[in-house]
Formats: sequence, C-alpha cells, structure tokens
Amino acid sequence: MSDTEIADIEAAPIRRSTRWHIAVFLAPAFLVYTAVMILPLIETLRLSLFNMVEGQLAFVGLGNFKVLFSDPRLSADFWNALGNNVIFFIIHMLVQNPVGIAIAAMLSLPGLRFAAFYRSAIFVPTLLSFVIVGFIWKLILSPIWGIAPGLMDLVGLKSFFAPWLGKPDTALITVSLISVWQYVGIPMMLIYAALLNIPDEVLEAAECDGITGWSQFWKIKLPLILPSIGIVSVLTFVGNFNAFDLIYTVQGALAGPNGSTDILGTLLYRTFFGFQNQMGDRSMGATIAAVMFLIILAGVSLYLFVIQRRMRRYQF
Amino acid sequence: MTRILKGMLFATTVLAPAGLVHAADAQLTIESWRNDDLAIWQEKIIPAFEAKNPGIKVSFAPMAPTEYNSAVNAKLEAGTAGDLITCRPFDLSLAMFQKGQLAPLSDLPGMENFSDVAKSAWTTDDGKTSFCVPMASVIHGFIYNKKAFEEAGVKVPKTEDEFFAVLEKFKKDGNYIPLAMGTKDQWEAATMGYYNIGPNYWKGEEGRKALISGKEKLTDAQWVEPYKALAKWKPYLGDGFEAQTYPDSQNLFTLGRAAIYPAGSWEIAPFKAQADFEMGAFPPPVKKAGDTCYISDHNDIGLGLNAKGKNQEAAKKFLAWVASPEFAELYANSLPGFFSLNSKPVKMTDGLAQEFVSWRQNCKTTIRPSAAIVGRGQPNLDLEMWRVSANVINGTQTPEQAAAETQKGLDSWYKPAK
Repeated sequence: MSDTEIADIEAAPIRRSTRWHIAVFLAPAFLVYTAVMILPLIETLRLSLFNMVEGQLAFVGLGNFKVLFSDPRLSADFWNALGNNVIFFIIHMLVQNPVGIAIAAMLSLPGLRFAAFYRSAIFVPTLLSFVIVGFIWKLILSPIWGIAPGLMDLVGLKSFFAPWLGKPDTALITVSLISVWQYVGIPMMLIYAALLNIPDEVLEAAECDGITGWSQFWKIKLPLILPSIGIVSVLTFVGNFNAFDLIYTVQGALAGPNGSTDILGTLLYRTFFGFQNQMGDRSMGATIAAVMFLIILAGVSLYLFVIQRRMRRYQF
Repeated sequence: MTRILKGMLFATTVLAPAGLVHAADAQLTIESWRNDDLAIWQEKIIPAFEAKNPGIKVSFAPMAPTEYNSAVNAKLEAGTAGDLITCRPFDLSLAMFQKGQLAPLSDLPGMENFSDVAKSAWTTDDGKTSFCVPMASVIHGFIYNKKAFEEAGVKVPKTEDEFFAVLEKFKKDGNYIPLAMGTKDQWEAATMGYYNIGPNYWKGEEGRKALISGKEKLTDAQWVEPYKALAKWKPYLGDGFEAQTYPDSQNLFTLGRAAIYPAGSWEIAPFKAQADFEMGAFPPPVKKAGDTCYISDHNDIGLGLNAKGKNQEAAKKFLAWVASPEFAELYANSLPGFFSLNSKPVKMTDGLAQEFVSWRQNCKTTIRPSAAIVGRGQPNLDLEMWRVSANVINGTQTPEQAAAETQKGLDSWYKPAK
C-alpha cells in the first residue's frame, strides 16, 4: 500500500461530504410537507394545552383534557362520538373489506368476461366527490322524492321501507353503508393487485396437489394476500377515524337524529368552528383533535409493532 | 400584431382612468348570512343607495347561515371582516360588542326612528348603548293552502281543538298531507314548532321574563305543554317525516301537496315565487276561544359597524340610510316577511305579509325564549331545544324528558339573578 493510496482513501470522505443535491432535491417536499402537515399538527397539539383564561390565551397543561373527560356534557358527547366511530369502523371492517376481497377474488378468476368493466364500475364511486355521493344517496333514500320506496314497491317490499336516515337506530348503519358503497373500490383494487402478483407456478403446484376452487382460495391465496389485507385494514382505520365529509353532507353538522351519527370528525367540527348559535372553541377543538390523533397513532402503532411483525411474508 | 398593440394602447389610455376613478371610491362590504337575499340586495337595495351616494361602492357578501357566526368571528379577530356586519339578535351580537368588534351606534343619525323594544335586541343589558341598526323582525304562524281548505270545506282554526280537527279532516280525506314539516334538520321542529306555538302557553313575555329571573323553569307545565302539543303533530306529518329536510317541506307545500305549513314570515317571498295557488295565514291557535293570543315577533336582523373597518365614514353614511324610513319601505317590500322595525309605519303591498303583521294588533308579541340571556352559555339552549323538539315529534323522547333535559342543561351554567 503506497502513500498516495492512503491519501486517496482519506480524502474521499471529505470530497463526498458536500453532496448538496440531496438536500436540494429533498427540500421542496420537506418544506411543503413541514409547512402544511407537521407545523399544523404541532400547532394543534400545542393549542390543546392552552385555553382562554380571563381573556388571555394561557398555558393550562392537561386542563383541557381533564375538562373533556370530566365535564358531564362534553364527555357524554365525546364518548357518544367515539362509540359511533367504533361502530362506523366495525361496519367497514365487516362489510367493506370482505366484500372488497370477494370482488377482487372473483375478478382475478381467469376467463371472467367483462372483468375490466366491472373493475372500473366498482371503482368509480371512489373517484366521485363525497358531496355528490352524499346528495345522490340522500335523494335515493328520500321518502318523498326518492326512488328507493318505488323500487321496493315493485318487488313487494314496500313495507320494509323506512326513513332510514331519519331514525336514530338506523341512521348510523345507513350512513356507514353509503360510505362502504363509496370506498369498496379501494380494498378491491389493492387485493386485486396482490392476487395478480401470485405466480402461476404456485397455483399450478397447488392444483397438482389437488387443491382447487374454494380451498385454493383459503389455503393458498388468502395467506399470500394477508399483508395487503393488513394495509387495507390500517387504511380503513385511519380513514374512518378521520371521517367527517360524508356525515356532514348527508346528516349535517349536528349529525342527527339526536346525535346518533355523530363521529369524532363532526364533533371536532362543531366544537372548533361552532355551529349556529354555539360559538367555536378552538382550544377544546384542538383537544379533541389531539385525542383523535392519539387514537389513530395508537391504532397504527398496534398494527406496525404487534401485528405486522408477526405476519409471515413469502418471497417468490 | 397591430391589433394587439392597438388593443393595449386602448386598454392603457381609456380603461386606466376608469380604474383610477374606481380606486378612489370607498368600498364597503356587508357580511351577512342571508344568502337567499343576494339578488335583492344587488338589484334593488344597493343601487338605490349608490344612486344617492356617488363615491361609495357597496358589495353584499353572504354565507351559509349556520357557518355565519363562527366565520364572521374569525374574520373579525383576523381583521379581514367587511365594514358592515349583519347582526344576529341579542347575545351573539352583544358578545361581539363587548369584545370591541362592533362600534357603539347610539348617536348615529336615524337611531331615533326606532323604539326601545326594536333596539332591545342590540342594546347592552343596562340599556345605555346600542350597537346595531335594527332592520327587521320575523313573525311565526301557519301558512295554509286556500284551495285545499275550500276543497275540504274547513275553516281557519282559532283554537287548538279546531286546529287538530282540521288536521284530522285532511288526514281522513287523504288528498293532502296535513302538515308539511320534517325533523331531519332539527331546527324546524323548534323554530317553526316550539317557538311558534309556545308563546300561547307560557304567555309570551311574561313567561320569558319569568324564565330569565328564575321564577319559572322549563319543567313547569306551561313550558312542557307546547311539547305535548308538538307530540300530537306526529300522525299528521308526511310519510317518512323523520328524513324530510327543510327544502323538502318547502317544496311539498309549494307544489300543493300539503295543506298547512308551520312557518316563519321569511317564507313569504320564496313561497309567492313558487306556489301557483292562493295562500293565507293564521296565528298559532289558542287553547280556548277568547284567550289572549301571543305571537313570536322576533327581532331577527340588524346591521352593525365593524369597529376596525377601514371606511368608517362611508359605512356610517350607509347605516344612517338603513335607519331611514326610505330604506324601511324598500326593504319591507323587496322582502315581504321581513317586517320593518322602524317606528314610522311602512306601507306594505304584499297581502300575505299584511296578514302576518295584522296579528300585532290583537295579539301580544314576544321573542324566542332562547335568544336573550338564557342563550349565552354552554350547552346552547337554542340548539338543545332544536334537538329535543325533534326528539319529541319523532316520539323518541317524552315531553317531560325533553323539558327536564333542557332545564338540566340550563342549570349547569345559568344562575338567575335573585
């Protein structure tokens, strides 16, 4: 080893240390993301620790959270919204995702005619604005102008029709199912892509071993798409606990009847921005936003650190 | 190429001075929640003012009613609000004044045109300072389809029993939905239901003041009875009324499918434009024939001055004009159903509006009970009454439960002065 070689090795890291392009290329995304996501998030979390004391914004520590969980009215509203949100999520997990998987499984069957058409038709609602979806369904289900009562009459089921969106026991389920209708395309697409990724050799080998049809789905395909199902579940969880738009368009900010469709998003909206004669309370709104953030964080962490690590992955 | 050049020359020489003149005008913006009235402001009211006051340009900037208060508050705090702020009555505007967002207007020329009652909605509790120019009040009652009443051969009901007899008749005939109202949007149940019929039970101002002073409670019989009457409306509402929205109810009535519409007088103008049948109106029926009748004649809308606005002088000129009898007549006739609060009597041409306003002669007037003083805290009494009124009509809560719930909410923050 000569002296020059040693000099080269020593000089090399110094020359490499000024790789400006990395910082330059990262900067736009980093700055934009910081400005529109990270700063508002930190600012919201900070605001949740402050409140108006004698007309001045003052640090109150965890006082807002204490009020949120101890004030009889606020805590009742909060637990009601959280309960409804959990039901909203459960309905999505029980209906949207299994239906999405079933449709994807059928679409991926070889020899299915018009597969591309079905695929797009089922995905289209996902692309529609929630405002359009909300109004379409409000009109369809309207007892006065809607086509639902008429259509049900045609098949002799008129007696089963009810003003579902207006009854406390059915409103939440109805709104959840509208949301399922809108978003069922997302699990379908993700699972469909995962199913297409399964190599034909694996399936052929299974057929050689006599595993076909349903048992092929349960024993071969399902284990292979489990990671995708996990991702879909996380997306559903985050989406549901952040949901607001559909409820707001269909049921209004009061999320009636009698608060039966009130979820965390609508509660946050009413608290933060106010509604009609109720004035907005930014600190309390930020507190609810912080609790929502923690719930979602807890859910996602649970998935990332507990479930995903135990999931078996297969390499082809 | 030469054409473009010529165009640019034209633009810089001829149009630029026009722009300069424009810039010298004082630009006023009115913040409002009356998005239904946009056309009337732009086509009738603002041109009338601008014709007399060259050099002041006014623009009307309405937004959705339910978002108005929070949005205008945020704008006021950020200093981006318009020069003129439309005032909700009582507690909401009072809070704005106390924060220094609205300027005091007691010495504005034209304020002497209003009685103390008219100004009460925009005056401090001690009665000394007024901060908004009163514009209009709205009266509650019932609008009915005259053709439907003739067909069924019924007369306008005066007492509660007659009222339910008429509803029963329409229900038996089956040609019309007896009452056009839904509970989906909740506010109709309270505003057109509870606040509409209630004053007859709690005796208008007497009951309202007793509630504020703590002598009466929402659980007392006179406050529970209106809920009981509302609960009896249920069988006379349309199929699926639980999912019927406010526009649904309006359409049902103006399409001639319903006989009676529990109304506020603000419906007059849109109904006149939509319906092709004769309409009449009757005040909320009293319990027994000969009882004193009470109506809700609610100071609803005023106009205030943004204390931090840029064009104070121009804005004051506009407010003085709003306080003038000329504006009162223009406004009351452009928007029949918004009744002027000006003490100089206003000639109204609309028959239905005249009918509403004629009740003032025989009946005692009051305002909505949740608007003043008891509407200041959390939970908001107005919103609570929306919710429980809808529950009572839906049958998911008894009148007693509804009353107990609102009283409990009120007790949690309101301590009447003893």
